[in-house]
Amino acid sequence: MVGGRLVSAIAPRSRTRDPVSFVDERLGAGRGLKFLMSYVFPDHWSFLLGEIALYTFIVLIASGTFLALFFDPSTRELTYQGAYGPLHGAQVSAAYASALRLSFDVKGGLLARQVHHWAALLFVAAITLHLLRIVFTGAFRKPRELNYLVGVTLLALAILEGFAGYSLPDDLLSGMGLAIAWGVAMSLPLVGGPFATALWGGRFPGADVFESRLYIAHVFLIPAILAALIAAHLAMIMIQRHSQFPGPGRREDNVVGTPLWPGYALRSLGLFVVVAAVLVLMGGLIQINPVWLWGPYHVYVGTNGAQPDWYLGWLIGALRLMPNLEIHVFGHTIVPNPFFGGALFPGIVFALLYALPWLDRRFISKDYRRHDLLQRPRDNPRRTAFAASVLSGVAIVFAAGSVDRLFYQFGFGYEGAVWFFRGAFLLVPALVFWLTKRICNELSRERAHPLRDWDGELVVRNERGGFDAR
Amino acid sequence: MIRRAWKAVVALVLWRMGALRRKPSPLEEDPSERTVGAPAWAEWLVLALLATTPLLAACVVALVVLEPDTQLLGLAGGALLGLLAAALLVAGRWLVPQETEVEKRPALRDPAQVEEVERDLGAGAEGITRRRLLVGAAGAAGAGLTAAVAIPVVALGPGLEEQLRRTPWHSGRALVDEEGTPILAADVREGSFLTAFPEHADEEDLGSPVVVVRVDPATLNLPPQRRAWAPEGLLAYSKICTHAACAISLYRSPLSQSTQARGPALVCPCHYSTFDVLNGGGVEFGPAGRPLPQLPLSIDARGALRAAGQMSGPVGPSWWGDAS
Amino acid sequence: MLALAAVVCGGLALFQFAATSGGTPTARSGGSAPLGPSASSAAGQAPALLERGRSLFVTSCAACHGINAQGIHGRGPSLHGVGASAADFYLQTGRMPLPSPRVQPQRTKPAFPQPQIRALVAYVASFGGASIPVVRPAQGSLPEGQNLFALNCAGCHTIQGQGGIVTGAIVPSLDRSTPTQVAEAIRVGPYVMPRFGEGELSNAQIDSIARYVRSTQHPEDRGGWGIGRIGPIPEGMVAWLLAAASLLLIARLIGERTSDRNGDRGVSGSERSGGSERPSGSGGAA
Repeated sequence: MVGGRLVSAIAPRSRTRDPVSFVDERLGAGRGLKFLMSYVFPDHWSFLLGEIALYTFIVLIASGTFLALFFDPSTRELTYQGAYGPLHGAQVSAAYASALRLSFDVKGGLLARQVHHWAALLFVAAITLHLLRIVFTGAFRKPRELNYLVGVTLLALAILEGFAGYSLPDDLLSGMGLAIAWGVAMSLPLVGGPFATALWGGRFPGADVFESRLYIAHVFLIPAILAALIAAHLAMIMIQRHSQFPGPGRREDNVVGTPLWPGYALRSLGLFVVVAAVLVLMGGLIQINPVWLWGPYHVYVGTNGAQPDWYLGWLIGALRLMPNLEIHVFGHTIVPNPFFGGALFPGIVFALLYALPWLDRRFISKDYRRHDLLQRPRDNPRRTAFAASVLSGVAIVFAAGSVDRLFYQFGFGYEGAVWFFRGAFLLVPALVFWLTKRICNELSRERAHPLRDWDGELVVRNERGGFDAR
Repeated sequence: MIRRAWKAVVALVLWRMGALRRKPSPLEEDPSERTVGAPAWAEWLVLALLATTPLLAACVVALVVLEPDTQLLGLAGGALLGLLAAALLVAGRWLVPQETEVEKRPALRDPAQVEEVERDLGAGAEGITRRRLLVGAAGAAGAGLTAAVAIPVVALGPGLEEQLRRTPWHSGRALVDEEGTPILAADVREGSFLTAFPEHADEEDLGSPVVVVRVDPATLNLPPQRRAWAPEGLLAYSKICTHAACAISLYRSPLSQSTQARGPALVCPCHYSTFDVLNGGGVEFGPAGRPLPQLPLSIDARGALRAAGQMSGPVGPSWWGDAS
Repeated sequence: MLALAAVVCGGLALFQFAATSGGTPTARSGGSAPLGPSASSAAGQAPALLERGRSLFVTSCAACHGINAQGIHGRGPSLHGVGASAADFYLQTGRMPLPSPRVQPQRTKPAFPQPQIRALVAYVASFGGASIPVVRPAQGSLPEGQNLFALNCAGCHTIQGQGGIVTGAIVPSLDRSTPTQVAEAIRVGPYVMPRFGEGELSNAQIDSIARYVRSTQHPEDRGGWGIGRIGPIPEGMVAWLLAAASLLLIARLIGERTSDRNGDRGVSGSERSGGSERPSGSGGAA
């Protein structure tokens, strides 16, 4: 980089001009291409979190398509006769048998399964990190509220999509997960019973059509909505341009950064291939969801330590922490217990997420103006403290979802631990609010230090006896 | 002490933040720039990386054809993609011209257009005299449509109770194991538990599976109306948790009453709802809101177990409005 | 990764407590006479062995179980009728002797060498009860074992025998259980584990279960590193600590061209006046 020279413009060579003019003459695409290629991406690593999620989604589509070629979404009972000896002769569903076939008989099938599953875990993780970045830097503020809503919807759909995929192979864990989903669906106010029976086609485990409903939701319905919303998400970003952190020359009315072509495009494409490489490596080397070891599901079997994928850990935690409150009036159930942990708690969290832009402008920042410059977390102590406290509450419930494993590994009594987490859920968010706010205030006070932001130059003597400015 | 700890925390945070510290902007400055001139090493590196990828690609193809081992495939595929990614990243970072550009942000809002749109919207209703009536009619159409969808859904309600409560159990139905063999009372020992189904019924029906246990009749503490439900201390409970429909597949069965304080209980592996076996399936711990339904038992002349009636309550999770 | 390692390596075998209440013999009765490898029944044991067992019992066990193994209320149950099966199980898995009568016995190294265990087992067996069961895992059927294990055992031990919890107790992992110990535990029902008589699980079925348990100790980890085979908890940790963390690192490396330079203050921003494109000493300084 040292000694770089200036080039004013590179004249397009005819080799590249021909296809471009071909398209331009037919679609008038020249303007759009020019806009796209000179679109400016502000440089900050945290802006890549959403891109990681996007590229994971592409890996999911690719690996999922491969899986769909072999998966048989049917609960028809059959006697297993495939390559996995320990289950020979077992009565299993066609769905489970085809998941085993994918793992043992189809070339590269297990790799595809594992890549798909790791990608699913990473997809939600990347969306979550992206969301945290958005929340803690105030990127949801005007004019980005609509796009923020789309993003939160994407998170909710990604969780739903992941759960549907987890439930498809009809192994022991997926069956137990669906049983809980049934319990939660039944607990919904007013419509619970009819809704759950309509969705499952009868009482759990439901009619045969339920598996194909789940399949269509997983491979078509939800992915199609996800893809459409992702497109809308990106389009809205391009209309508004990226937000950016404050910095030299960076103002509310401009965007400073790398244009798409050529540097950013190559780096971003590189990131896509990195994501794919990490997922393929993990899919090949680290075993995930070995359904052959879990065995088939029947309504009358269960395993200890059954867990959902991580992104539903906060729901199993909420279901476990909830005391056994169930509201009955005149011999009728009004609010079944799973409603509190399985529907109310995630409902409140998502309601807070959806309402955040409006809560923020009305109560937290008290600022209705448009902002394209981001805030560092310390710049807005109230918001940072609020978000951190909600996050800590969710994190505690999330941790409570694996209390049984904690008990097993470290010997805390289970019941005591449940009470401990119940108490922590009530206390810690308040503590985190207070602590975060204090840290943020402390940090912004530190900004006022006389030598902070010192803009002078340090002059030092060099070996040749001269002076260098640092 | 606390103050000192607090200061340490703040110092730590400050120290970490220091690394990310950024200078504030002198306001009027144009940071755009452009550097060209690819270093030779970058060109060679990208070249080398790209040249290696075909080898690995051949490796992947060979593996798929010859020995599609998951680990080898993952390694080869991951390495292939990794090299490609490295090439792209190096090229994007060092090979191509590095530019910083400043783009003006679009204003987004355009009051003149908004005004025009509002006028046009209003113009759509020009010359219509029965405006209110029309709006009302449109509202009625919407409500009708909603009702046409909602009522059939809600209409599932009546009969739902029947559908969700129904179990294959009735008085006199024999208890069998997974293979369909009748269960003899003498085979169920104290301290044991086993899963039973109604004879000739669908094992996958939520109402079917029950857990049979035997306890010392002297320790039983059943409600008075269930006195006869547990011949010889044999008890049957639904195997489906009343919380969220998981299979109750844990039986805590302490052997030594003298050293273990807690009695026998059935436990659900999903959220660890714990049901007291001795007092009719009451909830001892965990989120379940209702006791486990009990199935009254009788022993027939051959010593086999039979149901002596219906379950004591609805099987599985509650729902809004059920009669519990 | 540390946390992950903790999960993966966590094969802490914590378990059950000895206490078969005096009444019914727990293991098989009648017909299929078991052939114990060490002690088939009290009768026919060398008196010397019994005597050695008695003296060991008096010094190591009698404090809780009583001088004649009749039990002491609140400390330890009677061992009359528990048989060689229970004694062998508790001693071979190191669950007895127990540091305190209130704690849950857990699997450790056996406290006694094999000859002493044989003597103690023979002594306890002399009070009657079932002998050590004979297991032939090779004759069992793996699919049947899987099915029976899922139905009767997985609720506590997890489907892969990794151990779990029940309210009030820890369920041990089966990763070191021998087929004989599996059969003994099924028949004896140690601590809070239910016990199964021959009417519930036949000897042939126990062979199948033992075979299945052995298969979980040598699992088919086709997918690669098994990360503990307890499902989504380690999987989520790997997803975050490996995938998400490595991608964050890469994002950190490639994501900041401008601000990287900003930090090292090669060229201070204020030095430059607002020209549009100008050469710069250190590349991408902004």
